[in-house]
Formats: sequence, structure tokens, C-alpha cells
Amino acid sequence: MDDYADLTIDSIRSGLLSKRFSARELAESALRAAGDGNDVSGAFLSFTPERAIAAADRVDAAIAAGADIGPLAGVPLAVKDVIMTAGEKTTCASRALENFVAPYDATAVQRVENAGAMIVGKTNCDEFAMGSSNENSAFYPVRNPVDRQRVPGGSSGGSAAAVAYGYTPISLGSDTGGSIRQPASFCGTVGIMPTYGRVSRYGLVAFASSLDHIGPFSKTVKDSARLLGTIAGSDPYDSTAAHATVPDFAANLNPDVRGLKIGVPREYFGDGLQPAVGDRIEAGIATLERLGCERVDISLPHTRYAVASYYLICTAEASSNLARYDGVRYSRRSEESDTLRDMYRNSRAEGFGPEVTRRIILGTYVLSAGYYDAYYKKAQEVRALIAQDFEEAFDEVDAIICPTSPFPAFKLGEKTSDPLEMYLSDIYTITGSLAGIAGMSVPCGTDPQGLPIGMQILTNHFQEQTMLNLGHAFELAGGFEGGAVVPRR
Amino acid sequence: MNAGRGPRVTREEVERIANLANLSLSEADIAKYARDLREILHYVDQLNELDTDGVEPMAQVLHAENLAPLRADTPGPSLDQDTALRAAPLAGDRHFKVPKVIDR
Repeated sequence: MDDYADLTIDSIRSGLLSKRFSARELAESALRAAGDGNDVSGAFLSFTPERAIAAADRVDAAIAAGADIGPLAGVPLAVKDVIMTAGEKTTCASRALENFVAPYDATAVQRVENAGAMIVGKTNCDEFAMGSSNENSAFYPVRNPVDRQRVPGGSSGGSAAAVAYGYTPISLGSDTGGSIRQPASFCGTVGIMPTYGRVSRYGLVAFASSLDHIGPFSKTVKDSARLLGTIAGSDPYDSTAAHATVPDFAANLNPDVRGLKIGVPREYFGDGLQPAVGDRIEAGIATLERLGCERVDISLPHTRYAVASYYLICTAEASSNLARYDGVRYSRRSEESDTLRDMYRNSRAEGFGPEVTRRIILGTYVLSAGYYDAYYKKAQEVRALIAQDFEEAFDEVDAIICPTSPFPAFKLGEKTSDPLEMYLSDIYTITGSLAGIAGMSVPCGTDPQGLPIGMQILTNHFQEQTMLNLGHAFELAGGFEGGAVVPRR
Repeated sequence: MNAGRGPRVTREEVERIANLANLSLSEADIAKYARDLREILHYVDQLNELDTDGVEPMAQVLHAENLAPLRADTPGPSLDQDTALRAAPLAGDRHFKVPKVIDR
């Protein structure tokens, strides 16, 4: 199958139904491409061939019987290794869970498999999804498909890379402060953080519960729309999964965006934004204006406080969520301990890498007696102000357009020595995370070195359809549709 | 706190925090995390530029209550004991096993 890397959900469906290829052939192509490439890409931590082949055989049997096939039938899919897959390892790229085999499926995993998708493997990421470059993986880094000396972004670097390298047409990641949108931007793919509550987090290993999302990556907006529609909706196993109607996002895609008001927030175009990125985003906005959108210059005045608010809230929640790794029930246990207390302390020290430890320490500090009001409560108040900025903006506009990241993919090792500088690379994605709104990164050309640049489209709670329509119209106009897999070097 | 200056973070304080979080740290780690913590706390100090008197802290992300109703509190199937114990580093007699809890 010469064109395997360019396939989309639609072309897979028509290929299957016209018997041009079988689901089994697709699963084998995906496993071969991803497996052969992994020494270079580092995108996967493990492969799930039995699971993929079993799913393929179900699809092929259904086609042979003339039965209906699901909306993702025969589509190879990669799953970030913080999302549980029953009977398969789910390591969170951490030594603490190096040998952990998940006892049940995440709801999102169950839904994609019920729709016919074939899970080929678990993707590399920053340990417990904490990071912006994938360099915090306890095992090995992921290399950017466009330039292998550069990072793929993080924390869902492996899921972004799996799509950009052409290993799987779609993948699942998780986004807490930008962990889907930023790697999508760095690798030249589409990536979506759905509205908070749109997708069940049952089976997503918790990092910061008021900020965690599961969401899709793909080459085209339409494929992400299809995948989002499949995983979205309420779930008896997750009380935070919203009881909101889930539109058929893919069927409803409408590239006619005339009359939509797009807000351009001035705070996202100031200091720190690389000029080449700013130029591409301005060109992207001009494209949307040509398509009939109305540009409105807006202000989100509390933007500059977002990173500070975020790092207090997410570390506080992380310190609480990660208390569960006690070496008793499922995580690594240190061999060197005589008492229970020492066993806890040694197991956690052996299990967690430096960034996870740093965040647990910061989070424990800000929640500790005497500091709670000064840090955690203050951060939650500022979070309310940031959410209010968006609320007021969405009274006036239908969507907000800005860069996904202030710069394209940076070099491996470039930012590892300075945690704060790494945190600041999420400056444009963190605001939307705090507000709980929907956000997407779509490819918006490259910088002079050929590095991908992502344009971020933000819409109000549960307004993903507008976001998807804008992204779809944009990629059609920009010639990005059709799985233009990024050039390799 | 004084705006623009991070609080002092002593190594004793990092030790106290590590103890609360059940993390054993080396001397070198303690010094490193004290530095990191101080730098990050210095950065977040800018939040004090904002007057947030009267601002309700955002404790809920899904505002509308009808979006996230609680389900009825009725028992249903759950992980069975064998499955729940399967990932344990040490289990036996249908229990998790741990080192001694009380030193006598």
C-alpha cells in the first residue's frame, strides 16, 4: 500500500468497501510503519498487535457478511500511554508504572473500538503528561518528524508524531495546559482540546482533574471531527462528562464561514512571539477574512497571569492525584524498605522523574498549612478572572484566533535546564485550559526553516462545531487538507 | 509577601514538604528543588498585582448543574478482587501485602 501514510478516515472507508485493501492489511501496514520507524521517531512505548489484528478481523468479517461497519472501521489509531487499555501496559512514561497492565479500558478507548478503530500501540509522552517537549519521558524522547534534532512538543508528543510521521491517520492524546494543541502545532497536525466535560476521562490517568481532557489528533479537521464525535458524550463512569447533546460534528462540517466574527486578542501578539510565527498567523487571519469572517480586535486583559495561575492549580491537583502511587496497589515498589513509611518514600522517589517530583513539591507546598490562601485560593480567583475575560469576549465574537505557541519546535535539550522557561512555552494554550473552553490547533504553514506553525481557534463551551467549521474552511482555503504529511529530513 | 521578591525557601522547608509528600530526597535534590521552588514562587508572586477582593474562586469548571447531574446511588458491578490485586507488587491471601506498619 504505497499511499498508506496519506490515508484518511474517508479514504479508508471507501478502500475497504471497494475491497482495494482489507482492514487486516491496514493494521499490518500501521504496525510495520510504526514499528520500523520507532528507533528513529521514539513515538511509541509499546505496540498492541493482537488487539489491532483482532479489531481488523472483526471489520473484515463484517464487510464479508455485508453488515454495517462503524464510523472508524479499519482506521489504525494510536493511544497516548496515559489512557488505559485493558490487558496492555499503560506506563504514563513513568518508572512508577513501568510494568503496570491496565485492568480496564478507558471509555474513549471503548468507544473508538466499538466504532471499529484498530489500536496499534501506546504513544510516548512526558511522564504523567507533565511537560511541553516530551523530554520528560522516563524512557526515550520523541523526535520531531520535520527535524529530528527538535522536540515534537508535549506532553502528547508521541501521539502528534504518530500522525505526522504517517504511522496512524488519527490518535488520542490528553491536554491539560496545551498538551494536544502545542505538539499538533510543532508537528504540523490538527489537534483538539474539547470543551471541559465533552469527553469522559474515565480511564485517563489523572494529572490535574479540573484541567484534564482527552482529545484527537489527525491530518485533517474532518478526521478530528469524526474522532471527537465518536468519543464525546456523557458517561455513567465519569460524573464530569457533561450531559450535553453531541452533534454529528463531521456530517455537520460547513466551510461557509461568512459572517462569523473572529476575535484577535492583542495580548497574544506581543513580547515573546517569534516574528515568523506572528506573520503566519496574521496571514491565516487574512485568509479567514477573505472567506468572509469579520475580524474584531479584542483584549483578554488577564492573559499575562495565566501561567502563574495554571502552575499553582495544576501542581496542587497533581500533588493530590499522584498521592495514589504508594507502591502498594499498582505502582513500583522499592525493594529497600523495612517499614511502610520508608517503602512509600523510597518507592515514590525511585518511581518519579525530576519534573514530576518538582510539581509534587510545588503542589504540596501551595496546599500546605499557611500557604493555601496566598497561593491556591489566589490562583483560583485569578482563574475566575481569566474565564470572565473569555465570557465577555464571546459575547462579542464567535471564535478567537491566535498562535498556538509563541515559537515553532525547539531543539532537544534547549529548554530542559530551566523549568520556568519550559512552562512559558504554553502561554497561549493555558488560558483556554483554565477557562474550560474548546481549542484547536490547525496547520498554518511553516517558518523560513520549514518548521510547522499552528493557528489556534478557540470557541466557547460546547461550541466545537463553529471551531471545526473554521478549521475546515481554513485548511480547504490553505491547501492543507488531504493529509499533506510534513516533509521529512 | 512583597511583590517582586520570592519568599525564601530553606532546605528545611523542602524537607518538610518532601516529608508531607512521602518523597525521600538526596541532599543534592533538596538544594536543587529549593532553588526551583524559590524561582517559581518568585514568578507566581505577580498574581498579587491583581486585586481579587470579592472574586469568587473558580472551583467548578462545568457551571450549569444540569450538565453534570449525579447518577443514582445504586450499586453496580465493579472490579473483582482478583483483577484489583493483579497489578499489586506484592499480594497474597486476597490482600495487598505491605512491610510492617508499627515498629516495636
